[in-house]
Formats: sequence, structure tokens, C-alpha cells
Amino acid sequence: MSVDQHIKLPEGSIEKTTTTLNLGPTHPATHGVFQNILELDGERIVSAEQTVGYIHRAFEKLAERRPLYQITTLTDRLNYCSSPINNMGWHITCEKLLGVKTPKRVDYLRVIIMELSRISDHLICNSVVGVDSGAFTGFLYVMQYRELIYEIYEEVCGSRLTTNMGRIGGFERNFTNAAFEKLEKFLAEYPGVLREFENMFTRNRIFMERTIGAGPISAERALNYGFTGPNLRAAGVDYDVRVHTPYSSYEDFQFEIPVGSTGDCYDRFLVRNGEMWQSLKIIEDAYRKVKEFKGTDADVFHADAPAYYLPEKKDVYTKMEALIWHFKIVMGETEIPPGEVYQSVEGGNGEVGYYLISDGGRTPYRLHFRRPCFIYYQAYSELTKGSMLSDAIITMSSLNLIAGEMDA
Amino acid sequence: MSLTNETIKERLKAKFGDEVSNFEEPYGLLTFEAPKDLNLKIMQFLFDDEELRFQFLTDLCAVHYPGQAGRELAVVYHLHNLTDNIRLRFKVFTAIAQPDVFTATQLYSSANWMERETFDFYGVNFVGHPNLKRILNVDEMTYFPMRKEFPLEDQTRIDKDDAMFGRGPGGVKAGVDGQGHGPVTGQAGPLNTADQGGATSQEMRAGKGSDEL
Amino acid sequence: MARPVRFNVHPIKADINENVSIVDMPEGYSGEGFFTTKLSNVVGLARKNSLWPMPFATSCCGIEFMATMASHYDLARFGAERLGFSPRQCDLLMVMGTIAKKMGPIVKQVYLQMAEPRWVMAVGACASSGGIFDTYSVLQGIDQVVPVDVYVPGCPPRPEAILDGFIRIQDLVGKESVRRRNSDEYKNLLQSYGIQ
Repeated sequence: MSVDQHIKLPEGSIEKTTTTLNLGPTHPATHGVFQNILELDGERIVSAEQTVGYIHRAFEKLAERRPLYQITTLTDRLNYCSSPINNMGWHITCEKLLGVKTPKRVDYLRVIIMELSRISDHLICNSVVGVDSGAFTGFLYVMQYRELIYEIYEEVCGSRLTTNMGRIGGFERNFTNAAFEKLEKFLAEYPGVLREFENMFTRNRIFMERTIGAGPISAERALNYGFTGPNLRAAGVDYDVRVHTPYSSYEDFQFEIPVGSTGDCYDRFLVRNGEMWQSLKIIEDAYRKVKEFKGTDADVFHADAPAYYLPEKKDVYTKMEALIWHFKIVMGETEIPPGEVYQSVEGGNGEVGYYLISDGGRTPYRLHFRRPCFIYYQAYSELTKGSMLSDAIITMSSLNLIAGEMDA
Repeated sequence: MSLTNETIKERLKAKFGDEVSNFEEPYGLLTFEAPKDLNLKIMQFLFDDEELRFQFLTDLCAVHYPGQAGRELAVVYHLHNLTDNIRLRFKVFTAIAQPDVFTATQLYSSANWMERETFDFYGVNFVGHPNLKRILNVDEMTYFPMRKEFPLEDQTRIDKDDAMFGRGPGGVKAGVDGQGHGPVTGQAGPLNTADQGGATSQEMRAGKGSDEL
Repeated sequence: MARPVRFNVHPIKADINENVSIVDMPEGYSGEGFFTTKLSNVVGLARKNSLWPMPFATSCCGIEFMATMASHYDLARFGAERLGFSPRQCDLLMVMGTIAKKMGPIVKQVYLQMAEPRWVMAVGACASSGGIFDTYSVLQGIDQVVPVDVYVPGCPPRPEAILDGFIRIQDLVGKESVRRRNSDEYKNLLQSYGIQ
């Protein structure tokens, strides 16, 4: 029997001069599940076709079924490396819709948590870029400090990763002394660690040769592709939502925006490192400001909005009215005004936007998440055209693609 | 003179007259509506104009209003002027029977996947799109899941009992929507068949399902 | 109604001689220069302390797995030092994270590529039963497509919980009969999944 009776070759495959390589959904270098089908001419990439949706969990349809508080748990799972930023962004969106104004102390505490999550997100991305270029030590070394950040989250909300942190109007409990002690320990130890991490990579010949010139993008193309966040800043555009549309009292903080020039992997790595230094500065600033609140001011951890802020647990377990209010608020039975609001926050990957349309019912009529990963992954084929296979891998990891955020 | 919502409104009215309508400013964001044939012209105008310079497409999504006959699907664009830091929201409505809207891919490359996602969820046909096929859902899916008439859950699952959740067999009880938004049409076709996407749970277990990997 | 926080008020003094963990000898009959035991005990002992896991990390549980693998919780102390990314070289498939219907056939494909004996651990609520995502696009548990040995609940499970799941897999591996993979019961199980 001849070969063509067994094997059916695709049309035109004998004449084709390029190789098709499936960088499949399961691959050690794709951190998350998305697929790339590459056409290779030897080692050079001729074209790349992306497939996403391998973890599509229908968040937007789920959100139409859930009252506002129950949606916080969904936002955790968007960019799960920095869940508190998504949680707080969602609460800020709800506060905008409901007209709740948060006191300054709450804003500063939120800033501390959001900047800690930003550090945690950039740590994963940068250490994984290191792992993909062969340097495993950085990852192990730096994960220790992520554990410390997780311990701070546990002091505040009880959970490590999918934090479901905070309430509409503030936090569920005041930060304990233990939380502040851990924060002080972090602020004392982490700069040395970050410096050592930078020393390992920034002027390392091998790392530089691997990443400089890999996956560059110009500022105009980046803007046209809808890039935001560190990827856009590495291309040279200093757009940062915290500065342009400040939320949660970010206007009270002075910090710089690190900006790159060529938009390649090396610039992205450096921009993320620079942002971690700036985040440390913001956390120290915010912590100092929080310590300035004395006496009864220091007990403020939520806004005065009894219609939307869940009552404290000690009241819920002992008083009937508090129990009823808790039930009503969680089930969405308090008054939600109709309206449409778009609020964005600066997440680890860029502008995370929440477009909420409420029709006055218990649950949103429509909630759309503007997910930065989904939008900038489109540019991947342009970023890798003409580069080598190894550049494609390192570009993918330096873009910090989080599959949960991409597919939502 | 810095750009304000008033100025933008004046310029748009001056250029397009009565075509642009329904100007509102919910929570400070200027929102307006235009007929769907003009969506590209308006965006091109906003992009090219020296003063307006809305050159960043923040977001593109759709909303389904089953109650409004002839205007069921709204495609919503969020634009951003980065230099003057002003945002804008712009909606076009289209009928569900003929949901054709011109694509913005030529102007903004970021619209490519956002339009594919909108097509995947709502069935809006973007005329002129280079590659309009499903992006997040399985390719074999035959319906548009985000439309209001379709349920959230997979109707073929056997391990969860819908009666325990207050939902009768076949999904949402006709007449009462799970979230109190009003009546929805009863049972649509794909609820009990394998059109949910590829294969039912039992079929997946037996080895059928998407063959291409 | 404050409950006093309980701390470890009886700390154990660290002692190197007691802290080194030595694997117990399996039951058997020994004499001068020989030791007899069941083959399955020896084979199980060797296998369970040198499992090669394949991490199939899809979402949030994958990040908790990275924390488990890192130095603080350290999966390597249990023998799972070498994480393989090719299923053909691995014993244990750890599915961590939500599996969407689009991904289901791929999990099946990866499982089929593993050689016997193979074990499957479903880490997290999503892999066990679909988790909070009772939607049209999410597979309600990977046991719809592959047979699972251990389920680790949690959203995400703490690293200690993942380690507990791993220890249970080790128990299963250590006590497995050498005839299990050829038995009718096992063959019927695979048949129900459409795997020959």
C-alpha cells in the first residue's frame, strides 16, 4: 500500500517551504493557556497566529447574574497575580455609580495595597522572564518576598491570592498592628532584594544579548494597538492612569513614570523594575501619611454608607438589623441607581476598565471588562515577525500575558 | 483654550448636524449616539482633527437591549484623547435582524480582536473585518451567548441540579429572569443540544469533541 | 466574643538527629543478608518518592503551584524535584486551574500521551467540579474527560493543601497493587472515558 492511502497531507503542504510549529496551549513557556501557531523559515518566524479562549470563563455573563458584592470575587480572577488592584478598581467603580465618597485614610490604605500588588505582579513577570532566559535563581529568590506580600494580604483580608479584599467604601476591618509590622519588615528588607535581583540581570551579558532587540514596537504602533501599562511605557509613551485620571487620592503622591525607548524586552524588564522602585516610594509615602492619622481618625477604615457598606461582623452576629442589612446588601436589594459608568485603574498590565451599565435592578445590566492583556496580545504577530524562535518565547513572557485576564 | 465637553459637542454638531444626537454626560463622560453608517466617518473626524485628536481606542463592546425594536444591539466605543486627557463615549445602534456595522480596524488596530469578541458574544457583523470569526468561544458554537435570551449555565451538565437553584429544567423560568430584568423568551434551541459548543459533557467523556489541536 | 489566638506554646527544640526524615522499611521478613517483601511494596516505595509531576497550570491555582514549587513550601522535598513539561516523561498530571470546554480535548490528549502507571490530581475547585464558574464555557470538572485520583479543593488551595494532596497521591502510589493496571475494574474505568 502506498503512503498516500494512509496519510492525508494538507493542501499545498509539499510545496510549502516553511515549517508550522504549534506553540500549543500547554507549553512550559506559555505562562497561561494560549496558543501560537508559528510559520518558521528555518529559525526565523514568518508569521504567527494566536488563538485564545482556552480559559474563557464567561465573566461578563456571570456578572449579569450577580449583585455588586458578588462580582468582587470574579474580579479577583481576572489578573490573578495582582487581585487586589482589580478588587479595588471594581469597588471604586461601584462607588462612582453609587455616589459614595471614601475618606482619605481609606484611600491611602488602598494605595498601599494596590502598590504592593503591583510589586507582586511585576515580580512574577520579571522573574519569569529570567526563567525563560535560563536564570532560575532569581525566581526562587524573589518568590520569598511575594510570600511576605501574601502574608500582608492575609492580615488584611484573610486570603493569599484571590483576595476579595475590601468593601464598597473601604475595608472590612482596620489594618492590625501585625499588618503594619509586616509592612515595615517588607519595606526594610525588600529594597536590598530588589537591588540584588537587578544586579543579577540588568548588566548581565547573556540576559542583555537575549532581550535587547527582541520584540520591539514603536510608540505609534503601540498606541494604535491599544497598549497601556508597562508595555506602552517601554515604547516611550508616559501614559499612566494613576497620573492622568487619578483615583483613590493618587494625586497626593509624587512619583516618576519610568519610560523606555525601543519597546523591546529589555526595556520592558527595566520599566517594570523601575516601577517597582516607584511603588516602594509610594508605599513609604502612603504609610507615613496613614501614621499621621491619630486618635479616632485612626479608626476610620470605611466610608459612611450604610446602604452599601456591609455592617461589621460583630454586629451581624448579634443584632437583628445588622443581619438584615447584611443580607439585603449582599443580595443587591438596596437601591442601586440606574446609570452607566466607566472607571479605569492602573493594573499590573495597564488600564483595567470597568464599563458598568445599571438599570436599577439588583445586578448589572451589562458589565464589560476592558482587559489590557487581551488588547495588546493582538500585536504579538507584529512584534515577532522576522525574529528568531527564541525571541518569540522571550517576547511572550516579557509581555506579561495573564490568561485569566485575556479570556475573561 | 483647553478642550472641554462643550467644545467637542459644538464641533460634532457643526460637522454632523442632526446625525449626532442624545448628548449626555453621565459621571462627566460625554456620551452621544450616531447612526451606524456614520461610525467610521465620526471616528475618522475625531482622529484627524487638529483640536480633537481622539487617537486612542480604549474599549469597544456591545450591549443587547431586547426591548427596543429595531435598535436591539448597541456598539459602544470609548475613545481617549491622551494629550488633552479627555474621554468620549460613542454609541451606534443596530437592529438584531441585520447587525452590520462598519469595522474600525483600518483606523485602530486594537479594534481587530475587540470586534471579534463582540461578534462572538453578540453576533454583530463587522463589515470589512479581515478575520471575523469567534475568538473566545469554541468555533463550533452556533449561537451568541451574551444575548439576553440565552442562559448562563451549560444546560447539558448532569452534576448540578437546576431545581436546587430555583431554576426549572431548560434554564431560566419563562417570565421571570434570574436577576429581575423582566421577562425573557422561554426556551431557545441550543439549551438542550450539543450546540453549546463542541460537545456535551457525556460526549466529551466518550472522546468526541474538538479534533483540531 | 473574642477568641484568644492560639500560638504554638510548646515549641520543639530543633535537633538534627530527629529532624532528618528516613523512610520506613516496608513490612517483610528479613534475615542475614536477605530481605523479602511484596514486590508492590518496594516498587511503590521507589515510585512514590520519585514522582515526576507534569504541571498543567491554567489559571490562579497555577500561581499557588508556583508558590508551592518555590523555596518556601518546596515540593522538591517530596521527591517531585523534576517537573516535566512533556507528558511522555511524567507520572503525575496535576491539573491546576479552570478547564474550559475548548481545553477539554487537550487535557484528554495530554493524558493519553502519558504512559502507565499514571495518576491525575485535580487541584482547585475549578478542576474538581467547575468551581464558581457554572457557565456554558467551562467544563464542570476534569473528571468529565479523564479519571482523577485525588481532588484538592480550594479556591485556590493553600500550598499546604496542595502538598497534602500530593501526599495522598504518594499514599495511593505506595499502596498500589502491581496488577491494578491490568485488572478489569481499571479497564472498565478507562472504557467509560473512551480510552482504550
